[in-house]
Amino acid sequence: MTLRQIAELLQAEVLTGEDKLDTEAVTACGSDLMSDVLAFVKDRTILITGLVNAHVVRTAEMLDIICVVFARGKRPGEEILEAAREIDLPVMATKMTTYTACGELYLHGLPGTKEKPQS
Amino acid sequence: MSQVLIREVFPVAAGAYETAGEASAAIKRKLKQLGVDSGVLRRVSVASYEVELNLVIHSMGGTLTLTVDPQQVTLCSKDVGPGIPDIDKAMTEGYSTANEEARSLGFGAGMGLPNMKRNASTFEIQSQAGVGTSITMGFRLDGK
Repeated sequence: MTLRQIAELLQAEVLTGEDKLDTEAVTACGSDLMSDVLAFVKDRTILITGLVNAHVVRTAEMLDIICVVFARGKRPGEEILEAAREIDLPVMATKMTTYTACGELYLHGLPGTKEKPQS
Repeated sequence: MSQVLIREVFPVAAGAYETAGEASAAIKRKLKQLGVDSGVLRRVSVASYEVELNLVIHSMGGTLTLTVDPQQVTLCSKDVGPGIPDIDKAMTEGYSTANEEARSLGFGAGMGLPNMKRNASTFEIQSQAGVGTSITMGFRLDGK
């Protein structure tokens, strides 16, 4: 599923990375807990979160997350968007709750990240 | 001894939540420039970010040292206290002593140490209460 399709399904406003909307997402992860995101996320994932701070972008950078969607109508400040632009990270904002946004994407065929691998 | 390609020390200040992750971002950029495989790079980045956050959240300050040789990337974290009284407990997923500030930023879920161990090829931790903690992680460049 492309980021463009994701933006349409979530009726999301694209805040950064307009030029990267043809990128394909393979999985998605919905969480406000960056500790869990760091433990679960694998390849070519988008992150849907209600947590708005600079560490969301930093976590995305470390994991090569391909897009962050801020849910529940939350809008990141300019500082966060600037950090996202610096690393070419597409950022969107949707009015949907995290649950609904995840459900919408799952319903249209975007699976979740797999279970955490064993130690 | 293997030939050392890079050795760099990054100081990490206690409680510096705003800048937490900057050392890991710098490490990631350096390894990317060296052409490290993207899978290995992500595992190093995750472990590096986790250990850097631990220094910020739990320690009284410390350093993160990056060493690269032709076989592997090594990350070594050393701090000046307070030390971990029970390492087995600290290695249990979900066990956390993080404060409210760390939790409000989305961290401190008790996943850090086990996640470092899972991502690294080799993982060693030593700690003495009242003295400090050192963690050494090796990441083989061939991904094994």
